[in-house]
Amino acid sequence: MSRSAALGRVPVRLIAPAALAVAFLLLPLVSLLVHTPWTRLVSELGTGAVRDALLLSLETSALAMVVAAVLGTPLAWLLARVSFPGHSLLRLLVTVPLVLPPVVAGVALLTALGRQGLLGQPLFNGFGITVGFTTVAVVIAHAFVALPFYVISVEGALRAADPEYDVVAATLGADRWTVFHRVTLPLALPGVFAGLVLGWARSLGEFGATITFAGNFRGTTQTLPLLVYQRLQADQDAAIAVSVILLATSLLVLALLRERWFTTAVQQ
Amino acid sequence: MSSLDAHVVVRRPGHTLDVQLQAEPGDVVAVIGPNGAGKTTVLRALAGIVPLDEGAVRWQDEVWERAGRVRVPTQERRVGAVFQDMLLFPHLSALANAAFGPRSRGIRRAEASRTAQEWLDRLGVGDLAQRRPGALSGGQQQRVAIARALAAEPRLLLLDEPLSALDVGVAMALRVELAGHLAAFDGISVLVTHDALDAMTIANRVLVLDEGRVVQDGTPVEVARRPHTEHVARLVGLNVLRGTSSGTDVRMRDGTTLVSTTPARGDVNACFPPAAVTLTVTEPTGSARNRWPGTVTSLAPHGSAVRVHLDVASGLIADVTPASAAQLGLAPGRTVWATVKATEIRVYNRS
Repeated sequence: MSRSAALGRVPVRLIAPAALAVAFLLLPLVSLLVHTPWTRLVSELGTGAVRDALLLSLETSALAMVVAAVLGTPLAWLLARVSFPGHSLLRLLVTVPLVLPPVVAGVALLTALGRQGLLGQPLFNGFGITVGFTTVAVVIAHAFVALPFYVISVEGALRAADPEYDVVAATLGADRWTVFHRVTLPLALPGVFAGLVLGWARSLGEFGATITFAGNFRGTTQTLPLLVYQRLQADQDAAIAVSVILLATSLLVLALLRERWFTTAVQQ
Repeated sequence: MSSLDAHVVVRRPGHTLDVQLQAEPGDVVAVIGPNGAGKTTVLRALAGIVPLDEGAVRWQDEVWERAGRVRVPTQERRVGAVFQDMLLFPHLSALANAAFGPRSRGIRRAEASRTAQEWLDRLGVGDLAQRRPGALSGGQQQRVAIARALAAEPRLLLLDEPLSALDVGVAMALRVELAGHLAAFDGISVLVTHDALDAMTIANRVLVLDEGRVVQDGTPVEVARRPHTEHVARLVGLNVLRGTSSGTDVRMRDGTTLVSTTPARGDVNACFPPAAVTLTVTEPTGSARNRWPGTVTSLAPHGSAVRVHLDVASGLIADVTPASAAQLGLAPGRTVWATVKATEIRVYNRS
């Protein structure tokens, strides 16, 4: 405070657009709450469709984060710590899903894992396994869109962790795996949590890839955002009620995580 | 064949490091030299962190590295390292830090902890075992770092400026202890330092590097008495002038002549302590044969004396008492005469 005071008044030409940005961000949220039929909220929570979607959303987004952590952490390490030919190309490819429209991601997943897909066809013909339009497809779609967020976040944290610690560990006789799980990863843990939170938020709100690749079937692939979409076509009040439930869920989880991890991750 | 037999050649744009180093168990080798001489690179090459461009590193009958062909990874060399900025693992307690080496070699947790605790005790930080590095002072952290390196039972212990990040008093206390630990260590220690005191009190051998090459290799006493480079002369607090000797006369580069009592021939260093330099305001008329006019460039307290830097030759240092500094009215810019008696000057051939 004292430093900014010493630098003089905050100029209006900066204050005004900043205030406008805040208004722009808050207006839809406020009007959502204003329009919320609070009495419907309780009854909506009681309906089977909402409970199914809520549970499915929590379950699939959590599973997507397990996939991201198991597959994404080693990839992030590889990108941060090992130099190999094609390194920058690989990094570029990993970030492509970040800019890919989710619907396109869904179509792409269909061409890969659908019954006629590159991998889907042999899976179906050989083992009778169908991926498309199942809960597994939801998890795959979520993991696909969330993984880049996770990888980029963890890679950044790994790069920020001083590689000299790796060197010290090696002089103490640790092989690369030991160095990774006893030194490098623990030092990057705040970044791992930040990546999980980012990826999870992305996954919870995922709509386009899911509806394209997994469909919209209650109980198996209908997550909360998909339910909102469905309700909107018939009954706007119901859609608003479900939206508020979705918003509350993500805020609640973020608030719980923030207490523990997110603040330290941001401080890093 | 020596236990450690290294020929380290590392090329970097613009300069090449080319250093031979042989040592036996029990040796404590100090590596000194100006910044950029390649001291740290030698350590990192011995540890296997920096690859050799040429040469080889052998430990007894094991080849650790032969440039471009063999390269044993760092973790299999059993080298311990202590760094200037300690680099203790911040997420582990002091005990877990010290136990890291034994644990990495597959020793069970209980035994590794016992070994770690022993080393922490030996370094005087045993009661801090449960603390994280963030809760330790700089001196305590460096003690833990030394314990951590020694607990891994290295064959070669590499220390890179281990005391230079510490307060003077803390460094002083640890220097004495470190000398004891390294003397008791049955492997080879290589200590990079920019501090003459470290080299003189801890090491039994001093390797002087300059521009990537070894310019002197000898005992601390030899190096301190007959420094080959101006940098080392400065480090040990001696004046060194270069010239060409015929008999007891040394012809300096600037054309003047220096008189000593030690006869020599060829390229020589003429060396004398700062306390042997007398300063006067007017040109002296006594028996001293060597005198130069010069300007005071700076002065600073040095122990109980005042150290005066003069712009004579490539820089001359003189120690005078505070009383005479005041009497002479010494201040930067003051013109004085510097005098050195011929008997105070040691002349020896440059190698």
